[in-house]
Amino acid sequence: MTKNIMIVGVGGQGTLLTSRIIGKAAIEMGYDVKISEVHGMAQRGGSVVTFVRFGEKVNEPVVEEGQADVIIAFERLEALRYAHFLKKDGVLVVNDCRIDPMTVVIGAKEYPQNILEGLKERHNVYAIDGQKIALELGNSKVLNSVVLGYAAPFVGFDKQVWLDTISATVPPKTIEINKKAFELGYNANL
Amino acid sequence: MANKTLMLGNEAIARGAYEAGVKVSSAYPGTPSTEISEYLAKYDEVYTEWAPNEKVAAEVAIGASISGVRSLACMKHVGLNVASDPLYTFAYTGVNGGAVLVVADDPGLASSQNEQDTRMIGRSAHVPVLEPSDSQEAKDFVKIGYQLSEEYDTPVILRTTTKLAHSQSAVELCDRVEVEDKEYSRNLAKYVMMPASAIGRHVAVEARELRMANDATDFSVNKMEINDKSIGFITCGIAYQYVKEVCPNASVLKFGLVNPLSKKLVEDFVSQVETVYVFEELEPVMEEQIRAWGFNVKGKECFTKQGEYSANLLRRVLFGADETVFEKQETPNRPPILCPGCPHRSVFSVLSKLKIHAAGDIGCYTLGAVAPLSVIDTTICMGASISSLHGMEKARGKEFTKNWVAVIGDSTFLHTGINSLINMVYNKATGTVMILDNRTTGMTGHQEHAATGKTLKGEDTYAIDLAALCRAVGVQNVIEINAFDVKGLEKAVSESVKGDTLTVIITKSPCVLLKGQKFPNVCKVDPDACRKCGACMKIGCPAMTRGEDGKVKIDATMCNGCGLCKNYCKFNAIEVVER
Repeated sequence: MTKNIMIVGVGGQGTLLTSRIIGKAAIEMGYDVKISEVHGMAQRGGSVVTFVRFGEKVNEPVVEEGQADVIIAFERLEALRYAHFLKKDGVLVVNDCRIDPMTVVIGAKEYPQNILEGLKERHNVYAIDGQKIALELGNSKVLNSVVLGYAAPFVGFDKQVWLDTISATVPPKTIEINKKAFELGYNANL
Repeated sequence: MANKTLMLGNEAIARGAYEAGVKVSSAYPGTPSTEISEYLAKYDEVYTEWAPNEKVAAEVAIGASISGVRSLACMKHVGLNVASDPLYTFAYTGVNGGAVLVVADDPGLASSQNEQDTRMIGRSAHVPVLEPSDSQEAKDFVKIGYQLSEEYDTPVILRTTTKLAHSQSAVELCDRVEVEDKEYSRNLAKYVMMPASAIGRHVAVEARELRMANDATDFSVNKMEINDKSIGFITCGIAYQYVKEVCPNASVLKFGLVNPLSKKLVEDFVSQVETVYVFEELEPVMEEQIRAWGFNVKGKECFTKQGEYSANLLRRVLFGADETVFEKQETPNRPPILCPGCPHRSVFSVLSKLKIHAAGDIGCYTLGAVAPLSVIDTTICMGASISSLHGMEKARGKEFTKNWVAVIGDSTFLHTGINSLINMVYNKATGTVMILDNRTTGMTGHQEHAATGKTLKGEDTYAIDLAALCRAVGVQNVIEINAFDVKGLEKAVSESVKGDTLTVIITKSPCVLLKGQKFPNVCKVDPDACRKCGACMKIGCPAMTRGEDGKVKIDATMCNGCGLCKNYCKFNAIEVVER
């Protein structure tokens, strides 16, 4: 069976790095892997989505509507935007934060109210305030490792595989703090 | 799988060029092709460079090929338009060392101004086109491209699309094989394309294409999979993956060489399979040929010419439904925006305040077109801002353009903007051209160019002085100004648009995403002084939001402390403080 993971967020939040860590961990486990990324214009603060698929043999590099086993959303509105990609029993992991899109900032649109409550009525939702944990560690940039740690049990693999992959992927100076951030996210889900 | 490496399509192409013994590569950045050159630059054995535009890059590759080495040029689809002049004649001369042009199409317009199909250009230029469907094939096809190029004496196009270029899949690595330089000898009939020689070469081109089309029946890049004979697909590139996803048991004819097509393979396939769909993104390039040969297939009456394909698209056509379980929810859009601290925002805030129209160009500054800045009126192609402003002035007179400027970036100016500026000088234009110099090629992810002082390999080099360049072509009035000097900019722009002298205003401030910069300051709102007027929000900075009390808040983690918002607060409610 192919496992379909989506990572959604706002350009600049580090979704690309997160998808690369998941992909690397999967290839370490001996799976065939495909990752689809977003480069160029959309990275400038726009809505971004990356895909990781792994299994015995993977064909297309993207996850489509109705096929996601796990969606990792770095922002609430982005969770809502892509939730319909989930399978019937798929899992939606949400970093509970709000970033207003420019359409909301200038008053042309309203930021939807009670997003998480609405999502919980339809899906298996797991929310975490990743930013708070990252700031407690003293570095807001390890947010992705916190959220990845929180989502990791739904993706699969042993914890050590994740920690090894993080060590092999992030800049050497940030290995320790990223591992710590992952652990905190991971433990929050136990 | 463990002995394989995950590679981006673009990284695999670079690896393929390396393994194929390529010695020279030239390119201009363009999404989704940019990373090929960045990965290739890491191999010491290959000379790689950024050229000012794709025509130059293609000609560098042509020269390298004629001199006897394997060469590469990379560009996005619209870049091939710029390079098509050399390409069409390169098809006539053919090669000495093998030559491959990688051209990246962007169906779905992830980061482009149109959705053109490079396979059509390949057909009309009589150049073979290879199209891979994953990273392993991307690497393999580059190497096969060089073999075909040398065997058939032709340049070869490797066409990719965004999904291929920006997806990672497993690749098995091989060693580089050094290729001995071919001997160069003067050959008028082959390399000097004056009419007498070109007439002969046109005959050779036709013969070569015919020979390749016949031989293509046995090419390993073309694959026929006969399974369930009731349904089959003729497909290529990434579309093949969607077919395998939805109909793993269907018969498939997958073309790796999409130009010229093997008629024999189509004939074999269609004779064995009951219902045949041609499944290809964008234009019906294969379908029209197959229909012209008299075969009965289904194609664009079922599948759109627009955007990217998907497995669900195929499911909807075949089964009347896809796999969607949940309904899509209404959500406010989140379009890309200028970054906090972006110097373009400062320039646009001034143009917006002065109610100036701007003929725009290709780059991050296109993001100034939308609300709240709303200053860009036109975006066509690289360099078109300056020449289209000139056209307006010549068509409607100075009065019409007195509240217009042309806006172009530093890299785009050197790409093709300089030609348009020469035209303005030569033909006595009076307009105002603004070069937004942020010291990089921004939108494509920060590539060096001829005015940054660094090469693609990171070596120091001469940095073209843009002001001196403008003066040298005859612009009398050249103003250099800090992009964040709002008062100075206001004065410079309002004076020059009213005046009768052609003026170039170069606004200078580096892109905030360039590495190595420090941002010691942050903007802060004094809530007691904020009157909720919203004047500061009109600059469209993503670090700024309104709190529940309606007062402006600035997110300290996003703010780069540029202080632009402070200029637009009448109540001194914003100050720039140390972080």
